[in-house]
Amino acid sequence: MLAAEVSNEVQGALELTSGFFLENLWLAALIPAIGFALILFFGKKMPNGGSEFGLASMAASLVVTSGAAWQWLARVDSGKEKGEEAFGLLQTFGRSVPRAAEGGEVKPYIEPVITEWVWWQNSGLEFGIGSFADGLSVLLLWLVAFISLLVQIFSLDYVRGDRRYTQFFAALTLFSSGMLVMVMAGNMVQLILGWEIMGLCSFMLIGHWWEDKYNSHSALKAFFTVRVGDIGLLVGTAVIYFASADWIAENLPGQSGFDITAIQAWALSGDSSASGAAIIVGASALFIACIGKSGQFPLHTWLPDAMAGPTPVSSLLHSSTMVVAGVFLVSRIYPVFWEAFNIANGGLSFIAVIGAITIVAAALLAFVQDDIKKVLAYSTVSQLGYMMLGLGTGAWLPAVFHVFTHAFFKCCLFLCAGSISHSGSHHSFDMKKDMGGLRKHMPVTFGAWIVSSLALTGMIPFAGFWSKDEIVDNVGNNGYTFLMWVGLFGALLTAMYMTRATYLTFFGEPRGAAAGIHHDDDHGFATEFHETILHAEDIDRELVTAGAPAKSLSAAAAHSEDHHDDDGHDDHHGDHGDHGPHESGKLITVPIVILAFLALTSGFANPTPLVHPFGVAGESVERIKTYVEPRAVPVDIEVVGGVSHADDHGDDHGDDHSEEALAPASVDQLSLVGNGVLAADAEGEDGKKEGCGFTTPAEGSVCFFPAVSHAVPTYGKIALALIIVLVGYALAGAFCVAYYGRKDERLVGLTERNAVARGGYLFLKNKYYLDILYERFIVRFVAHPLSKAAYWVNQNVLDGTVNKVGETSKNTGTWIYNNIDQKVVDGAVNGSGTVASETGHGLQSTQSGKVNQYGALIFGAAAVGAIVLVILNVN
Amino acid sequence: MNNLTDSNWVLSLGTFLPLLGAVVIMFFTSKDDDQTPKVIGIVTAAATLAVGVYTLIQFDYDQADRLQFFVDAEWIEVISSGYTIGLDGISLPLYFLSMVVTLLVMIYTWDNMPDAGNPKAFYSLMLILQTGMAGSFIAQDLILFFVFFEVVLLPMYFMIGVWGGEQRKYASLKFFLYTMFGSAFMLVAFLALFFQAGDAAGGVESFGFAHLYEFGALIDRDVQVWIFAGMFLGFAVKVPMFPFHTWLPDAHTQAPTQGSVILAAILLKLGTYGFVRIALPMLPKGAEAWAPVIGILAVIGIIYGALGCLAQTDMKRLIAFSSVAHMGYVMLGISTLTEFGINAALYGMVAHGLITGMLFFVAGSVKHRYHTLEIKRLSGMLLQMPKMGWILGFAAMASLGLPGLAGFWGEFPAILSAYNPNEALSEELFRVLMVVAAVGTVLAAAYLLWLYQRTAFGEPGDEFKGQSEVEQGKHEGLAHSLSSAANDHGDHEVIKDVQRTEWIAWTPFLIAIVVFGVYPQLMFQVLDPAVTALVETINAGIKLP
Amino acid sequence: MLAANFLLLAAVLFCIGVFGVIARRNAVMVLMSIELVLNSVNLNLIAFALMNDDVDGQVFALFVIGIAAAEVGVGLAMVLLIYRNRRSISLDELSELKG
Repeated sequence: MLAAEVSNEVQGALELTSGFFLENLWLAALIPAIGFALILFFGKKMPNGGSEFGLASMAASLVVTSGAAWQWLARVDSGKEKGEEAFGLLQTFGRSVPRAAEGGEVKPYIEPVITEWVWWQNSGLEFGIGSFADGLSVLLLWLVAFISLLVQIFSLDYVRGDRRYTQFFAALTLFSSGMLVMVMAGNMVQLILGWEIMGLCSFMLIGHWWEDKYNSHSALKAFFTVRVGDIGLLVGTAVIYFASADWIAENLPGQSGFDITAIQAWALSGDSSASGAAIIVGASALFIACIGKSGQFPLHTWLPDAMAGPTPVSSLLHSSTMVVAGVFLVSRIYPVFWEAFNIANGGLSFIAVIGAITIVAAALLAFVQDDIKKVLAYSTVSQLGYMMLGLGTGAWLPAVFHVFTHAFFKCCLFLCAGSISHSGSHHSFDMKKDMGGLRKHMPVTFGAWIVSSLALTGMIPFAGFWSKDEIVDNVGNNGYTFLMWVGLFGALLTAMYMTRATYLTFFGEPRGAAAGIHHDDDHGFATEFHETILHAEDIDRELVTAGAPAKSLSAAAAHSEDHHDDDGHDDHHGDHGDHGPHESGKLITVPIVILAFLALTSGFANPTPLVHPFGVAGESVERIKTYVEPRAVPVDIEVVGGVSHADDHGDDHGDDHSEEALAPASVDQLSLVGNGVLAADAEGEDGKKEGCGFTTPAEGSVCFFPAVSHAVPTYGKIALALIIVLVGYALAGAFCVAYYGRKDERLVGLTERNAVARGGYLFLKNKYYLDILYERFIVRFVAHPLSKAAYWVNQNVLDGTVNKVGETSKNTGTWIYNNIDQKVVDGAVNGSGTVASETGHGLQSTQSGKVNQYGALIFGAAAVGAIVLVILNVN
Repeated sequence: MNNLTDSNWVLSLGTFLPLLGAVVIMFFTSKDDDQTPKVIGIVTAAATLAVGVYTLIQFDYDQADRLQFFVDAEWIEVISSGYTIGLDGISLPLYFLSMVVTLLVMIYTWDNMPDAGNPKAFYSLMLILQTGMAGSFIAQDLILFFVFFEVVLLPMYFMIGVWGGEQRKYASLKFFLYTMFGSAFMLVAFLALFFQAGDAAGGVESFGFAHLYEFGALIDRDVQVWIFAGMFLGFAVKVPMFPFHTWLPDAHTQAPTQGSVILAAILLKLGTYGFVRIALPMLPKGAEAWAPVIGILAVIGIIYGALGCLAQTDMKRLIAFSSVAHMGYVMLGISTLTEFGINAALYGMVAHGLITGMLFFVAGSVKHRYHTLEIKRLSGMLLQMPKMGWILGFAAMASLGLPGLAGFWGEFPAILSAYNPNEALSEELFRVLMVVAAVGTVLAAAYLLWLYQRTAFGEPGDEFKGQSEVEQGKHEGLAHSLSSAANDHGDHEVIKDVQRTEWIAWTPFLIAIVVFGVYPQLMFQVLDPAVTALVETINAGIKLP
Repeated sequence: MLAANFLLLAAVLFCIGVFGVIARRNAVMVLMSIELVLNSVNLNLIAFALMNDDVDGQVFALFVIGIAAAEVGVGLAMVLLIYRNRRSISLDELSELKG
């Protein structure tokens, strides 16, 4: 801390405030992690099955993140106040100051608050874990904590009586912890940690009812698809780490290529483009991970299947928070993508193209879904496409803002769907079969749904309008006219599929469960809480060839019935075993209403300054822009030098705050001097943009964020967008009334009569045949022929070789044994034996056993001996 | 080398105490008495572990790069081989791990004696095995190392051959011959190294590691390459690396649970440890020449092992094949010849020991209950044995390299390090290897989760339905199953969830997997200085003219 | 001169003994014949002792007598036992050692 004070003195003007919550932001993630452990070990013994731990930890987390958000606002404001002085001070440095003067307003770079402990070390470098507080992370942390809390409250009632109630809350809490860990990551490794923990929780929660093969299959598919993308995460991290290593070692000692700030600085330093293809490869690889996680085309297929999980899971993980992890990653180390894909100069980036394709592809698929959750799932995919499109075209702020608003209204929509199935359609999600006319029975849910739908479709003044249209507007403003039209087309489609879903659910004649009719299999469900996933294996796994999926419904129902007739909990849902639709209870409606309120109002966190041309309101209303968007300001680096945080780390410090001193490397080793400001849209005399991200920062200074430009909306564009949305409403409304309401003969059965219509319908119904490609060909090929072949090689070639060698040696041995050992060596031995034996046989006759004979022999022999002796002696 | 501490007796004690226990069991217990050998075995192992803990406490962590508890006594003077032992940051985790694993395996055996019986022989063999393993990790002399290395072989041979499955004879013989085959080449390489280094040192001959580190590097490059080839064969068989791995699935499948656990947790590490401790620093130029080969074979092993896993129908065999893949990551890390990679490899060795050991434990217990490990027949384990099912899931997640669990810290830095191998190696080649190895992580997820889906999820098959304690408890709760419960009791033994001795044996594994996953610095701070010193030796050797 | 007579007598006794050993079927007779052979040797030993004026021969003869006594003792005992078991001491019937 001493060093920090010193450097602050050097900076003089830049004394930013901090605070307990900002510095201890890690608590926000640690508390849910402890909550998870408590649920795991003591949950079963608690009166509410451990959910109290989950709720308490999320509430505590919300307190921490709210406090941090408050303190961040103060920090930014303090930067602004001091900014005036800084401005004066900076003039003496004479660097980049003129621009700041033109802008008239000084906006220094607001340093993130970093708290880190040594987590691991390798090759002499130490890597940290801890919390990293800047505008983006604080915003999302608060969002995650808030939505997690609401969803947990919702779940209290929604999954009550579930056979794995405790595990459900454990996984949900662990998920929140993982997401918070990821969002507050100050380095890539911690980010990967949170990223994968979320993947694990996603797996556990999708497969929550794993007795059903469909559910476990979906869980596997989700984990596996995301994991395919994660190859990119590992590779990309490695590439960036090593590509930036030298530059960072030289310019930012004490930091490594894992640190977010270091990566940002490196990417904009000019060294990155000098390093050749490395940054492009790294950025592409990282984006592949985002494709997997954020359900972008063509790896989006897992997301609709992920709806096999309970609805709160779909609401929390698979729409509002986890799936935006990819978007978060791109926005977190945005400079890398900015530089790699040349977004500064209007390059057509990989990200933008994928985003645009995803918008349209997913929105089209949303049309042919009968399952309300799948409509929302494809809608999520499509909205994520908007965010990616924004990021890919330089519209960083609207994309992040869209993450923020989308979380509210999409979460709300899912909870509405859950509420409908809970109380309205008897655990079914089939819009065609079990819904219709529910607006009378469920007014609160209906109201929230309508508000959120309007927000999603981008109707003024709901939240989606402010964020989504801002994306589209900025895309156009940054020179991507075609992509802007794609975005507008997507808005049209959005309006249409939401109208269709709304009509099928809330209007028209009540059908099936909504009309109080229960299917034959219902008593199986009545005793136990369970969601029916509409299309079980039959539709989802098989190629759809005929127009009507009706036959598979009964199969799916029968399939589900098998599992649930044996064990049940009679205590649950006694209140609606045999009655029609009704409104859900307070625990369900309150979160929905809160979210709907935010869907209505959250857009005003950053409303586009509509009245700007008239000079009535300035940029001050754009709070997200002010507080979240990092300032694109070059910052001086002065290496204090000599201070290495490797010296006195160790366990003895524990949670002691003195650890901090070594952690915030940017404070400790560098003194950052706000170098003056470029107005974000500053243009040089020749019309070329200058500043961070456009020109290499001067020697001795670094940039952490590119100077993105912001579109100024005009009434013409707004009107165009709104007209498109209204046209969408009208078209879809008319279609629904004609097709579903009046059963217009010209439309009904069109897919059977018209080849083009049928082809299109089947193409969509089969989800562009991507699932077929993945599962029938790639997965099956790897899992069956390829692995079998490898194993065959193992058993027959490798092991065969070994066995062959063994056999050959054995045969050689046998041969040697038989021919050499037995015949030659042993032959000699045996030969001597034989000789002895034969001799013995020959002499056998002498052994008569007769004493006299023996005597004769003895004497004879003696006589002979005597004679010989005599003869010898005589001679 | 300096004697850093006075307590240099602890290593010898820690190594030979088990041998003493084995002698006691062999000569002072009767064959009919089943309990006494178990008690003596466990007490001895616990005492050994206590010595290990003392070692851990006495170890000077600030000097993890130097040999501690160093002893250099005369042993076989005729061949210039000494009783040289010592411990540094590289050996410490493995040395300690071997003690922990032996004790836990013995505790597990208390209630889970393999069918062939005879705890007297079993426990004495395990203790002898422990001496061999610990000795290999502390030896600082080639001959001493070789002796310990080979001591390990025999108990394992008997373990598989006596207490193994149906094809135990084939498996044990294969294991023995395969390893001996490698050892033969290794010994020749050791001797060649001894004489060549002696020449390079101007006639001063010694088998001591320190001597060979210094003078091995002076040997001509061509000669180094040949000597390395011999060592490569010896160690690669032990690791095992593709294509020398085929003994492993058979040995694992046939070995008793205890044998599998020790084999996976410690024995395989002797090979990789040999590479790190002996082959690389003593023959730096040989290592440089062989590194691409090792890297390629390692990556083939990763993909190939994973594909082999996908084809398996037997749970234990699948886990065995996964070892091939995981050891591939370890070898990939080693082949980069960088601090990053070798650190990762050493971390991966310990992590793999814990995780795969755990998986084998579970497989053994499943076999014990269901009398089969055929994946097709196992299903709905989570319903029948919820705790066992969760533990299997946990171990599977750890095995596929989930961050926050120990496996990640072996896998991720190893992949990372391949991007930037030693300056003397081809960057392009290793970058390709990195991508392929990263694909391997997906395949790992595939086979482990697929295994988990097939065995743990779903409903139990008809064959075992209703036989578990959990289900029967539920049936009785519903009060309609007096007859069926009686039926079940009559026909089959009840499938129980995790038992007490299993908990005792497994909990340390589970805790260690989490602790090393959450706070990797615990081990990296021990490894890193030693590895840095080692890589300096290697680099200096490579750069020699 | 004198010695020649002794030697002649000894030779005759030896031949009679040898003949007895080879020709007689009765075990006792064979033993007696062996006794004759031994005594013929004794005669020779004493004769040569006298001739050479050396007492060694006589000592040796005394040994032979001692051993002969033992031999006859053992031999007669065996014959007695054989007789007890077989009621015959004809050597023709005792050919169990036939190879």
